[in-house]
Amino acid sequence: MSNNTTYRTCPRSGLQFESQAEKLVIANAVAGVIFLLIGGILAIGIVLTRWPSVHWLEAATFYQVLTAHGLDMLVYWIIFFEIAVLYFCSSTLLRCRIATPKVAWLAFALMVIGSVMNNYAVYDGASSVMMTSYVPMMAAPSFYLGLILFAVGALIACFVFFGTLVVAKREKTYQGSVPLVTFGAITAAIIAVFTIASGAIILIPTWMQSMGWVEHVDPLIYRVIWWAFGHSSQQINVAAHISIWYLVAAVVFGAKPMSERVSRGAFLLYIVFLQLASAHHILSDPGMSVEWKVLNTSYFMYFAVLASMIHGLTIPGAMEVAQRAKGYNKGLFEWLRKAPWGNPSFSGVFISIIGFGFLGGISGVMMGTEQLNMIIHNTIYVPGHFHATVVIGTTLSFMALTYFLIPVLFKREIINPTLAKWQPYLFGLSMYFFCLVMMGAGTLGVSRRHWDMAFSGAALAYEWPGAAYLMMGLVGIAGIAAIAGGAIFIYLTVGSLLWGKRVAQTRISSEPTPIPVGAPSAAAQSYGSLGFAAPGTFVLAMIFLAAFVLYYFINWKYLSTLWGLS
Amino acid sequence: MSAILPPAERLWWKHPLDRVEGTWIAIAFVWCMIMFFMMIYWHMYGKQNLSTETYKTTSEQFAAKAQAVVDKYTVRVETDFQTPVVAPPPGSDVYMIARLWNFWPILELQQGQTYRLHLTSMDYNHGFSLQPANINIQVVPGYEHVVTVTPNQSGTYSVVCNEFCGIGHHTMVGRIYVKAEAGNVQ
Repeated sequence: MSNNTTYRTCPRSGLQFESQAEKLVIANAVAGVIFLLIGGILAIGIVLTRWPSVHWLEAATFYQVLTAHGLDMLVYWIIFFEIAVLYFCSSTLLRCRIATPKVAWLAFALMVIGSVMNNYAVYDGASSVMMTSYVPMMAAPSFYLGLILFAVGALIACFVFFGTLVVAKREKTYQGSVPLVTFGAITAAIIAVFTIASGAIILIPTWMQSMGWVEHVDPLIYRVIWWAFGHSSQQINVAAHISIWYLVAAVVFGAKPMSERVSRGAFLLYIVFLQLASAHHILSDPGMSVEWKVLNTSYFMYFAVLASMIHGLTIPGAMEVAQRAKGYNKGLFEWLRKAPWGNPSFSGVFISIIGFGFLGGISGVMMGTEQLNMIIHNTIYVPGHFHATVVIGTTLSFMALTYFLIPVLFKREIINPTLAKWQPYLFGLSMYFFCLVMMGAGTLGVSRRHWDMAFSGAALAYEWPGAAYLMMGLVGIAGIAAIAGGAIFIYLTVGSLLWGKRVAQTRISSEPTPIPVGAPSAAAQSYGSLGFAAPGTFVLAMIFLAAFVLYYFINWKYLSTLWGLS
Repeated sequence: MSAILPPAERLWWKHPLDRVEGTWIAIAFVWCMIMFFMMIYWHMYGKQNLSTETYKTTSEQFAAKAQAVVDKYTVRVETDFQTPVVAPPPGSDVYMIARLWNFWPILELQQGQTYRLHLTSMDYNHGFSLQPANINIQVVPGYEHVVTVTPNQSGTYSVVCNEFCGIGHHTMVGRIYVKAEAGNVQ
């Protein structure tokens, strides 16, 4: 079956881009970066308002800006970019044409219309309901309609991705199983279908209520189903950014997965158990039974946490094995010391792995424990946690991937390589600090989504301890540093696209070149020590476990000092 | 050869596990089970487990019940809004209404005594955030949540609303006094 399309082989990476897929990847990635820019500008307003000594915006503006920031970052930036990743992982990695490019453009158009409509509703002023839009608080109908249109577009894009997998299989562009990275992308897409369906189930009646067609959407049912959309959409991110970690390990080190079985098995655990995350948000709510909470909050007995702990070992482990094979074999950590720390794709991913595990992962499990949730529910600890997962985990990984894609996909050299070398450190490390101090303030009880911690105008004001004010001041400083890091990223990407030197291109063909069949490699590992292929990574994993266990039980100790509740 | 290519071994699922992976999976699995059973253990032996006793209610029903308790046990009024301070006997049912933008009434409890605290919202979602103890409970309209509380320290506690509820959200603060046990003056 021949279509009127061409295939470009990138001289630098050897990757093959089909022209329709390439345009779609570019369009979705660029749309994502635009929302990252908008969300970043909005972040300035939030950070400078929550910094107590600055307290910049008026209350109404603050809540409006906070609503838009949440939506633009958590929904639009990430999902646009994820659709780009899905097309890349199917069409590019499997070297096939994209299925139904016209439908894919329709999906893109719906997503653009929806995101613009939803943003407009917020800036218009009547929809400062936060990203979560809990009923019975009502936004303008266009707020919900925009979200619904966007979700429908994203759903169509997922099916274009599935269709592309079928095309590759039928046209035999690869042999055997799909690559691990594509497998991870399939995981993300399957979770996305579930997520978007949940969003539709609850947002459509809510939109009808805003139109006056439905009397009442139950506030508790809304929370349960909305979070099957809200939290699961973060699980799409996890699957997507872990795929990117594997991808960057493969590109930078030529690393091969330590074991395909283990890594794919871990992705499978995500598909089976990650959806249960909705329960996390209902632990301190009335109405749900203890059994439901205990079983669901732990993602069915922590099997999804187990999966993340596995990926957290296998990815650095694969890097270690690849480095040891190259001769960086001295001691436990020579492989890590001699890693390409000046390559922003690598440093971005490594900072992302460590931050996601230590800050996002440990805090996430703590707050997702049924009883422990009471000590952080709705405090600023929660955004501290999810900035570690979504910003350090997802956004930083996407940035790292972008540095790889600028020459390969956009065919441009990066305009300022020195600045690019430093950007992941500035952005990543200031986000580490930002998350830590936010969690610190949350441990002291400071509320999230709150305009004034001094409670001006309240009849019975509460006085936060001085440490809480200090922490919130540090949140402000760290936030500004991170925003500067984000601004540099935008400057580098947009600048490179506009003014970067073109990368010379060679081969364009009208037929795809199938992936050559690789020769099986020897199974035996001859590196490492103690019979461990990756002893350094194992030591890092044990440090992680020690931190995890310690922090987990400290919180139980803290809980045991509180009022009796039964 | 790498994660972006199809696995070189067609039968990759038969590829043996590396020892580092096998060991880590075993350790991680044991840790996950410990965390899972920790929640169940705390339900049996811990003292801080949030009650799930919940009833459907309406704002009229709940307000009537709260008013009855206020009428019966008010000991004084405070603030410019004449907010009643209610001191119900230990073991009784006490009510706190969350609404735009206050918690009503003020409660006066005794240290070491147990009360059935009924919570609901008259309008939007609110957050019951007890400070400085830092106990946080979601307050959902239409649902009456009965939480059994036993204050373990005396003092003045604030209830901060920590669920966004509109423009006056930051002024929504309530209060609970806890009086020291007799013979235990602090």
